[in-house]
Amino acid sequence: MPKELIRLVDCTMAFDGEIVLNAINLTIHDKEFLTLLGPSGCGKTTTLRLIGGFETPTSGGIFFDGARINDVPPHKRRVNTVFQKYALFPHLNVFENVAFGLRIAKIPDGGGKKSRLPEGEIEERVQGALELVGLKGYHRRRVHQLSGGQQQRVAIARAIVNRPQVLLLDEPLGALDLKLRKEMQHELKEIQRQVGITFVYVTHDQEEALTMSDTVVVMNHGNIQQIGTPVDIYNEPVNAFVADFIGESNIIQGVMHKDYSVSFAGRLFECVDSGFDPNQPVDVVVRPEDVRMTPPDGGQLRGTVNSVTFKGVFYEIFIDVGEIEWMVHSTSAPKIGDEVGLLLTPEDIHVMDRPDLFPEGAEALTLEDVDPEPEFEDGGGDGEDGEEA
Amino acid sequence: MKRRGGLLAFPYAVWMILFTVVPMLLVVWFALTDEDGLPTVGNFIRLWDYGAVFGRSLGLAAVSTVICLLIGYPLAYVLSRETDAMRNTAMLLIMLPMWINILLRTYAWMSILENSGLLNQLLSFLRLPALHIINTPSAVALGMVYNYLPFMVLPVLTVITKIDDSVVEAAQDLGGSQATVFRRVILPLSLPGVLSGITMVFVPAVSTFIISKLLGGGKSMLLGDLIEMQFLGNTYNPYLGSAISLVMMVIVLISMALMNRFGEGEEEVMGL
Amino acid sequence: MKHSRVPGRVLQGFIAVFLYAPILVLIVFSFNATKSRVKFEGFTLDWYAKLFEDRQVLSALYLTLVLAVLSALAATVIGTVSAIGLHNMKRRPRKALLALNNIPVVNPDIITGVSLMLVFLLCVSFLRSLGLRAGLGFTTLLLAHVTFNIPYVILSVMPKLRQLSRNTYEAALDLGANPFQAYRRVILPEIMPGVVSGAIIAFTMSIDDFLISYFTTGTSVQTLPMVIYAMTRKRISPEINALSTLMFLTVLVLLIVINILQSRDQKEKERRFRAVS
Repeated sequence: MPKELIRLVDCTMAFDGEIVLNAINLTIHDKEFLTLLGPSGCGKTTTLRLIGGFETPTSGGIFFDGARINDVPPHKRRVNTVFQKYALFPHLNVFENVAFGLRIAKIPDGGGKKSRLPEGEIEERVQGALELVGLKGYHRRRVHQLSGGQQQRVAIARAIVNRPQVLLLDEPLGALDLKLRKEMQHELKEIQRQVGITFVYVTHDQEEALTMSDTVVVMNHGNIQQIGTPVDIYNEPVNAFVADFIGESNIIQGVMHKDYSVSFAGRLFECVDSGFDPNQPVDVVVRPEDVRMTPPDGGQLRGTVNSVTFKGVFYEIFIDVGEIEWMVHSTSAPKIGDEVGLLLTPEDIHVMDRPDLFPEGAEALTLEDVDPEPEFEDGGGDGEDGEEA
Repeated sequence: MKRRGGLLAFPYAVWMILFTVVPMLLVVWFALTDEDGLPTVGNFIRLWDYGAVFGRSLGLAAVSTVICLLIGYPLAYVLSRETDAMRNTAMLLIMLPMWINILLRTYAWMSILENSGLLNQLLSFLRLPALHIINTPSAVALGMVYNYLPFMVLPVLTVITKIDDSVVEAAQDLGGSQATVFRRVILPLSLPGVLSGITMVFVPAVSTFIISKLLGGGKSMLLGDLIEMQFLGNTYNPYLGSAISLVMMVIVLISMALMNRFGEGEEEVMGL
Repeated sequence: MKHSRVPGRVLQGFIAVFLYAPILVLIVFSFNATKSRVKFEGFTLDWYAKLFEDRQVLSALYLTLVLAVLSALAATVIGTVSAIGLHNMKRRPRKALLALNNIPVVNPDIITGVSLMLVFLLCVSFLRSLGLRAGLGFTTLLLAHVTFNIPYVILSVMPKLRQLSRNTYEAALDLGANPFQAYRRVILPEIMPGVVSGAIIAFTMSIDDFLISYFTTGTSVQTLPMVIYAMTRKRISPEINALSTLMFLTVLVLLIVINILQSRDQKEKERRFRAVS
């Protein structure tokens, strides 16, 4: 890994006594594409705003290149932000939007004084940035004459033209339609490669996170759940929340009898996990594509097909087994009401600690009951309510 | 870090204390003291002598408000069904007289309502009996309606226009006749506009003294005239004047509180 | 529309006559050759000529304009700065200050007038007790006008601030602007329409005000509405009609200009909206 650039140490953030970030620790490396992923209200945007300087942590430290920057205001940080709803300046045209930071910047001129950037350099850098984001020739346009995707590109150009060491992106693709979003994912990755700086990216879209990132940080309820590469996060989720949030999962409560033996759904299964306390309650996670359907007596479980939905490349099938409804992805479709068997191999059974963070049990980990967000993903217009964030 | 900007409002907070809060407190102070600066409720007791003025003021203001509502609501309803361009023009035309000083607007009626004035000339031309309106309470009420009608039409119009067409269509779709749709959907939805219209007409009407001076001929003295007399007239008595002002403020506050109880939400009805 | 439009049209026509007949009468009789208010006896421009020779009217007009410009200017500056301050405040103190701010707007003018008069009289007697010369006059008039103008500026700037995406300010900081630069280069241009319309409202409010001026001025300083009031009280001269006609035309032109500006603003907004969606 390249050198470390930003470090958050025990950062806690509370708004009016409500804890939004709970003593998180995070290290961001140079030239890394790091994604903060989680449901709304998980604290990902707050983390980004701490790095950007728009919030000061209630406790804990933020370090940039080894120096503590808790109290450095945003305009003095070598970090630029691409805001969720672009936040372009409507009274300026594209060129002036992109040139905004350059016109304000003061550079040391050798003699101890500071001076403005020369017009020629501004022109050159703005045009360069516009070219990078594919908006060559658009510099005279008014902001409101641009499409959503183009506004997004201006926002990116406006940030990177200042040559920040880190670019912060707050759900930058959230307002775009699906097709454009896919296109922009590739372009963003390409831009990052070309300018060679660190990207810290916030999204609630797990697919986006897996596609673009070097490192994914999964967050929930102000806590970091897991940090890892996309492959790690998908294949080795550390708990049921991560498993459920990344891709689809069957999550069943079970009990670890002893090493390599777990009981759930009313019977004992062989598994590959070990190191749990004897008879420890656990979450058992099985990906729907790992469940194989067999003739009724061919599997370990036996159930009735409840629904079948065609999803394009596969069928999504729900099968009632006693109290539990299993989700299965398969390329063949049974009929509703069919009796089928379900077969699980030991490698497909992932056993996880049940986090005691939510003592009321696994229900707390589903996405449905996540608190409405204290972050203001919805910037404008609601002056009355937006302020507390 | 955003909070520090709040200090920018500090000078104005001081200004408001000096020129809004202190003046109000002074009114209260004067109302409760006599010429020697001693505390008294005598000023309020003396208000009984002016019961007729209170009655006339409240009565005329109420009558004018009702007339404004009876004329203004149908007008607003009719205008709401016009095209945008037509409606905007109409709104402009309704607002235009409001931009002329109230003195001039009221003065214009003097020459119309005079006994030998234009109205009676028109009536006699039509072989109709002459009307003696000038210097009567009717003339004052007419002046109030004329001056404050826009305050009724504009908020009602704004609210009715904002009613979503699909709501009306849904009501029709569910079998509502024109009358039912109006009574069950449009009327309740336009109530906030009506309420703010009522306050916006009633408050200036109950406190005016120009209209009564010009059209009432001094015979129909209103609260406004009474207050003016105490402060600038021959009967200089700011203590009594403050007591009247205080009572008027209470009347205004009560009427606004009543209206606010029914309507909710912020009012941004005056356009501009 | 299924039902007839005739009753609606009749009502509109009736109201139009009701609203404009008096104004028409005023205008017509400003050209009347005699002093009669009820009989038109020939065309003349004499009253306009007289009006422009009337020193009292001219000096009142001058005073009214100076007062309006100064008070609108002061109210716009104070109001805009305060609106920004209020916008940045926590909800509770902001609500409280906005409630205070609304007092001059909802209070009957006559009460605003007499209450300010009481304060000014108290200040005057205090200054006199110190041996200073003091009295009601231009200064008190100006203070009163600024006081009742600021709320309108704040009420027209606040919505513009609320419309701003919070991120706009942060984006400016993020790009290296310090808070002052962010306000000057980004926030101010964005709220400019609100500031301008606040200034226009303040200006017209000031010109139009009679009641508050009536109570807060001294004997020597008269604004135009006060001169008009005096004219309506004594034997009437058609000069006042001439004056009304001129003021009506001024307002008409002003309103048309504002309307054009506003509809342009509106079109701009619609265009923006279309471009985004």
